[in-house]
Amino acid sequence: MSPGKTGKTGIDIRELVESKCPYLPPKIVDEIAEKTAAKNLTMDEISKIVELACTEYINNLIDPGEPVGTVTAQSIGEPGTQMTLRTFHYAGVREFNVTLGLPRLIELVDARKIPSTPITYIYLDEEHRHDPEKAKEVARRIEFTRVENVVASVYITTGSIILELDPDIMSDKGVTLDQVKSVLKKYGEVEVVREDPPVLSINTGIVDLMKLSKLRDRILKAKIKGVKGIKRVIIQKKGDEYMLLAEGVNLKAILKIRGVDPYRTVSNDIHEIERVLGIEAARTMLIREMMNVLMEQGLDVDIRHVMLVADIMTRNGSVRQIGRHGVTGEKESVLARAAFEVTVKHLLDAAARGEVDELAGVAENIIVGQPIHVGTGKVNLYMKPYVIPKRGG
Amino acid sequence: MSEEYMIAGVKLGILSPEEIRKLSVVPVLTSEILDEDGIPVRNSVMDPRLGVIEPGRRCEVCGNTMAQCPGHFGHLELARPVIHYGFVKHIYDLLRATCRSCGRLKIPREYVEKYKDPERAVEEIRKLYGKMKSRWPLLARRFSETLKREAFKVSECPFCKAKQYKIKLEKPTIFYEERKEDLVRLNPVEIRQRLERIPGRDLELLGYDPESARPEWMVITVLPIPPLSIRPSIVLETGARSEDDLTHKLADIVRTNERLREHINQGAPNIIVEDLWELLQYHITTYFDNEAPGIPPAKQRYGRPLRTLAQRLKGKEGRFRGNLSGKRVDFSARSVISPDPYIGINEVGVPEYVAKILTVPETVTKWNIEELRRYVINGPYKWPGANYVISPDGGKIDLRYVKDRKALAETITPGWVVERHLIDGDIVLFNRQPSLHRMSIMAHKVKVLPGKTFRLHLAVCPPYNADFDGDEMNLHVPQSVEARAEAKLLLLVQEHILSPRYGGPIIGGIQDYISGAYILTSKGTLLTKEDVIDLLAAARYVGPLPEPAIISPKKYWTGKQLVSLFLPKDFNYRGPSNISTGLLKCDDDECFWDSYIIIKNGALLEGVIDKKAIGSQQPESMFHHLVREYGNSFGAYFIDNVFRMFIRVLERRGFTMTYDDVVIPKQAEEEINSVMVKAYEEAKRLIELKEKGALEPVPGRSIEETLEIRLMDEVLRKAREEAGEIAVKYLDPFNHAFIMARTGARGSSLNLTQMAACVGQQSIRGERIHRGYSDRPLAHSKPGDRSPPARGFVASSFRKGLNPIEMFFHAAGGREGLVDTAVRTSQSGYMQRRLVNALQDLYVEYDGSVRTPEGSIIQFRYGEDGIDPARSVHGKSISVDRLIERVAGWRL
Repeated sequence: MSPGKTGKTGIDIRELVESKCPYLPPKIVDEIAEKTAAKNLTMDEISKIVELACTEYINNLIDPGEPVGTVTAQSIGEPGTQMTLRTFHYAGVREFNVTLGLPRLIELVDARKIPSTPITYIYLDEEHRHDPEKAKEVARRIEFTRVENVVASVYITTGSIILELDPDIMSDKGVTLDQVKSVLKKYGEVEVVREDPPVLSINTGIVDLMKLSKLRDRILKAKIKGVKGIKRVIIQKKGDEYMLLAEGVNLKAILKIRGVDPYRTVSNDIHEIERVLGIEAARTMLIREMMNVLMEQGLDVDIRHVMLVADIMTRNGSVRQIGRHGVTGEKESVLARAAFEVTVKHLLDAAARGEVDELAGVAENIIVGQPIHVGTGKVNLYMKPYVIPKRGG
Repeated sequence: MSEEYMIAGVKLGILSPEEIRKLSVVPVLTSEILDEDGIPVRNSVMDPRLGVIEPGRRCEVCGNTMAQCPGHFGHLELARPVIHYGFVKHIYDLLRATCRSCGRLKIPREYVEKYKDPERAVEEIRKLYGKMKSRWPLLARRFSETLKREAFKVSECPFCKAKQYKIKLEKPTIFYEERKEDLVRLNPVEIRQRLERIPGRDLELLGYDPESARPEWMVITVLPIPPLSIRPSIVLETGARSEDDLTHKLADIVRTNERLREHINQGAPNIIVEDLWELLQYHITTYFDNEAPGIPPAKQRYGRPLRTLAQRLKGKEGRFRGNLSGKRVDFSARSVISPDPYIGINEVGVPEYVAKILTVPETVTKWNIEELRRYVINGPYKWPGANYVISPDGGKIDLRYVKDRKALAETITPGWVVERHLIDGDIVLFNRQPSLHRMSIMAHKVKVLPGKTFRLHLAVCPPYNADFDGDEMNLHVPQSVEARAEAKLLLLVQEHILSPRYGGPIIGGIQDYISGAYILTSKGTLLTKEDVIDLLAAARYVGPLPEPAIISPKKYWTGKQLVSLFLPKDFNYRGPSNISTGLLKCDDDECFWDSYIIIKNGALLEGVIDKKAIGSQQPESMFHHLVREYGNSFGAYFIDNVFRMFIRVLERRGFTMTYDDVVIPKQAEEEINSVMVKAYEEAKRLIELKEKGALEPVPGRSIEETLEIRLMDEVLRKAREEAGEIAVKYLDPFNHAFIMARTGARGSSLNLTQMAACVGQQSIRGERIHRGYSDRPLAHSKPGDRSPPARGFVASSFRKGLNPIEMFFHAAGGREGLVDTAVRTSQSGYMQRRLVNALQDLYVEYDGSVRTPEGSIIQFRYGEDGIDPARSVHGKSISVDRLIERVAGWRL
């Protein structure tokens, strides 16, 4: 049976729709076909449903002239008053904090360069995502580990630095003694003083104590493995797969790590997304993050509003802030800019440039006292009430 | 009708000295303002020719009275030119970007090399720039900016080969040139000469418009003196005159200018002249902007900083935001609001007192002349009357001063206009601040009522976010037929039942409506004929009674039957009630608890009506589908009638909450006590474990944090929850508090728990309260005591009362909430202002795309599917499930 055909009645929904309203989106047609098939419906009922779908769809379309921008701004701004201000919230895991609520929303519309709590959501490829052990393997590859992270204590003696390593942490982070040794090699001759717990001595040959302690600091900061900027990685079960949450962002490097699914892995830093994955990805991420914040607060906002905000923020190919250094600041109208912020500067600059305000937008026309060009003001219809139409003409 | 003009555009520019002189009606020559008799001196900054200031006098220049004369500019010839503070940045840029001797734009080397000849290079750049300017204005702007920056770096003029020096700007207005060793000051005269040399065609490349803003005009030689009407003097009660800040500042300028001129003419030493010049610069700078960085603000005698030009424009109360983008209006009223369940949602109760002041202009026609004559006869003090009559020639007659209103009433004929009182049915706008969304201003129909408050229907509280604890609201009366028509068609309350924020009703049942609906539709409710008649009368039902559900021994009707009477006959719906949680959960037709609503062919067969069915902000509820499918006016009808029946149920029955509703038996109390004891023991165990160092930390957290997290999440929260469960178990499920919580009418199970069982842990910033003294929040515990009661755990219930220590912790936690709200409102307010400013110009074009006023496309199809969220089913363009339910729900 073809998927368009309905159980007993055997009507082809697609044909029916085609004859009644070909403009109905295919997704809805498919849904009708599927859902009517599941129920035991008569032919009359099905054609009634299709008819209703047709009229409803037309009725539900947005009206031309609708000031969707204002509606969007209000729909996102109004629930802002109901949000919590608490910066920190546990995002499912107790391990680290994630900024949510109003501060995060403001951060997003501000298009801040660095989010206050950078996080990377790392998804794993087919090979690694089902097994927690394999997921841990990837996590170890990503987590940035310095020498100081695995060291229990440090001593300085003449000419050499002695490191006592912590075997528990080493095994937790998946660091082997050889790895540490190879990192330390470039600072001097490495000697294993004791095996368990491992103690290493680095013979640097430097006698000056000042220089030696400086070198110690350098050694402690030396990277053993991992991705720069990623402080901590946590394994989380999401649905039927394992994924990683990483504190810190470095998408470019993380995407190259073996075991990471580069198609789904994202960070919450919009600018980084823009740099690494492009502007469309940034738009998608903006929508996702904003919806996430609103949803988490239990606020019901239609996704269309969020999409419009994301679209205006990203429309010229780079992420722009909602505000004086972004969308509003780049408006063509002097009066609109002057009415927003830094009034005097905008007026003087416009004067020097000899700018002309065409009075196209809303704010400008309010200022000069004219009807605005959205909504009912959009309609350019002139009535001549005293002209009597010719009969039968 | 006179011809109407639209303003096509507003051009900004800089006034040239010639223009200033031409505009001027008075050259200002003297620094004296008033003579000995207190009469303004001619040719001073108070010259009467600058504008009429006394009522009744006529303007010497234009012959108009005070109301009509717009005022006229004067001018002041400066003894020495002065830099305009606002253009310092531009002057600085221009000086650096152009040659010091020939004034040409210093074309960057790369261009000169590319085209060999600087003249050709300039020509090429010009061509490129011209193309950009017409097609991509923003790009052209950026290009100018980079060109300018490049030009700064050029150290030898490509045209005249003159060597260029570095220009230094010492804020605010002093320029230096770094010649070889010494730093030479450039005075405004020299600067002006240099700016004069810059050719207009080069200026265009830098984004300037030489026609309307020559750069030398940025150095002021002639100062325009603004008309008196923008700086009116105030006559105090004592008769003393107080001048405007601007007048003071202008007087300072004229005085300094006079002294400077005298000293120059007398050939005074250079130092003195320079000093005075500097002083003139200071006065003129502060005249433009008295908050300029690096300049001490000019103060009035009593130390208050002067409010000069920039301050008048800037900020929230400035000209732009305070007077141009938003204005004070006539025909408005404000009063306290109070509830009235007996008016419609589309109505607003207006006090007679207000109705006698607010008016609607109504043109006299032969159809309304009788009525309007009656209003005129009633006059301004008797409602319904009229306050003014306007004759066809525009003469306005104030009825307060008309002796014989009867005679006047006789004289009015079609074509006159009567400003009559507000009467029932007039369309007005009603608003509650903060106006956060469009539902904050809606149109209502007037209903004139006794009393002094505005009355509104309870169901419209959610969109306004109003309550009656002293809230005030504003009312506006549209004055034109167009405005009234738009208000009626687009702004009427019923048009806003469905919110565009989420496809769902924002207006619906709240509080008592829900409790009432629940009680009416519960299974146990059986109604006698008298009950039924009373309830249906409340709902204004006209029609036959349905067959009783029980015939013998007595006729009884169910509440469900009554609700069914008002449902459309083809309405099918099924869905869970709000009470369908926990034990009472049902998700199909077989529901013992009556918590699954089934409506077939307009008959409510099963399930109770509560928040999930009629509540406000409940998308995809019964009420939502009713409004969507049967129209907004049906929605209004439903609220106006059926909801009244729900209220009537409570009126007959009585519905309050008392202390006894949250009293739990002794046995329950003991159980809760033992829960608390157990929790305290567990807390003690954890604390001891931590002290011994045996507590296993959560990864990524310190041991300290781990302890706190575990205490909060595992021990104390659980203790409160358990206490709550015990309390709920013992509470009468039909006590009113419980009904309200269950049906979603008001309150939650948490509220009940806190009242009956245990208030729970108080927190600040998500942590147990620990700040205060060192190591302990209050002096009532030992330092370092981490036990629950020492860190803000309130084991008492509100019913039992809190002990003093608990009360303190509770107050601390409560305070955080208050602070939070205060901070949040300002933050989210600013965010919303920015969002509105960024997005307000966007609209849907006829082709379905979203565009900016310039016509550039933001979205090719609004929301990717062109669906209006307000008309959607909770975001979905079409809900197929609902369609199936509508068509076949009656038999499925």
